[in-house]
Amino acid sequence: MEPQDEVIICRCEDLTLGDIRRALLCGAATLDEVKRLTRCGMGACQGRTCGMLVAQELARAGSRPLGEIALPRFRPPGKAVLLGSLAAAEREDRGDLHG
Amino acid sequence: MTRVEVAVVGAGPAGLCAAVAAAGQGARVLVLDDAHHPGGQLTKQTHKFFGSRRQRAGTRGIELAGVLAGEAREQGVEFWPASTALGYYPADGVLTVDRGGRFLKVRPDALVIATGASERMLAFPGNDLPGVYGAGAVQTLMNVYGVRPGRRVLMVGAGNIGLIVSYQLVQAGVEVAAVVEAAPRIGGYAVHASKLRRLGVPILVSHSVKAAYGSPAVEMASIWQLDERWEGVAGSERRLSCDAIGLAVGLSPLTDLLWQAGCAMRYVAELGGHVPVRDEVGETSVPGVYVAGDAGGVEEASSAMATGRLAGLGASRRLGYAAGYEEAVEETRADLAALRQGPTAGKIRRGLQLLREGAG
Repeated sequence: MEPQDEVIICRCEDLTLGDIRRALLCGAATLDEVKRLTRCGMGACQGRTCGMLVAQELARAGSRPLGEIALPRFRPPGKAVLLGSLAAAEREDRGDLHG
Repeated sequence: MTRVEVAVVGAGPAGLCAAVAAAGQGARVLVLDDAHHPGGQLTKQTHKFFGSRRQRAGTRGIELAGVLAGEAREQGVEFWPASTALGYYPADGVLTVDRGGRFLKVRPDALVIATGASERMLAFPGNDLPGVYGAGAVQTLMNVYGVRPGRRVLMVGAGNIGLIVSYQLVQAGVEVAAVVEAAPRIGGYAVHASKLRRLGVPILVSHSVKAAYGSPAVEMASIWQLDERWEGVAGSERRLSCDAIGLAVGLSPLTDLLWQAGCAMRYVAELGGHVPVRDEVGETSVPGVYVAGDAGGVEEASSAMATGRLAGLGASRRLGYAAGYEEAVEETRADLAALRQGPTAGKIRRGLQLLREGAG
């Protein structure tokens, strides 16, 4: 069952399947490349909702098994963190060093 | 910097059992979870468990959450609620945590990753309309917050989650328009499917949702039949009026921290996606980093408890707490083998075999 272009794939960044397919036509062959072209997976859910759907599309477009689709790099932080939290932690660290 | 002997990420059945086991051996244990209460998915499971008495059969998940959390407390396990593990830095063994808005660093001697799984999404027109939920979200709304997700629900997926949540919807006074299942047969236990059928809820196999319609929220769904290549059959479309759609189309292990730790991972479709290679107590390719529960492959809560216990035993033994280790591991492995018997666990056994063999 092949979904249509207008179907929303990445809700955080408001991307449709058509947007993803255009990225594939531009040569994107991995989830990281799709991410860099479209911001897909860079929103609040960090790809936990859309990642599998994009991997399925990559597999379908390239006629490759799903297991061969490279996942994006997982980098900290796993969710959004307030800059204030980071700054406060930094001050505490300095306190550790000098205090 | 907080120093602990064993840090456990995730206070679901796997994480709590890992914590109880490790603390029972004498280790100083910290468990953290992004929720406000321990229990993970157990906190919304109002149905009773199957299996043997030692595997807590007959207990409802929601009660079990309290029992396990109580055991953890008695063992002196420290619990951080509203705390999200943000990252793991293997070079210096530091786990960063957002604890209610505070950015903290934890340095454990051993780490158990019991982060569970996330619900899969489905691509269909209208899938972004309000009223389209993961089935787990429906269960949380009803059983944790006492909120009905709608008046008439279409459930997509007839695995155990789709069947159980549909039954609980009916219990809550919500009509279930239908359960559609893309596969040619029902994936969940017959006992759950039978209960639904007795209530008059149609379960349509080889059927899926084609689209959702409505403004500003779901008012209707169209479903259609799928052929043997899982393609929609033209002309088979039917419209159902509904104000919510539950998606129970599978789970994917939540593996971010395992990737960050540099664990060797392998794609095993039978286990739900990429999972870490590990030994019989769940130690990954990174010494001192263990996996337990659905993060290592999607199974059931009973198996999650057993793999959690194994990881807790392994992690504490690594620190030198080895009293009765062999017997406890043997006993738990026997429990796990019993849980994984039977035709419904065939997929899990196949997946674990593939993981061990290094295929896939």
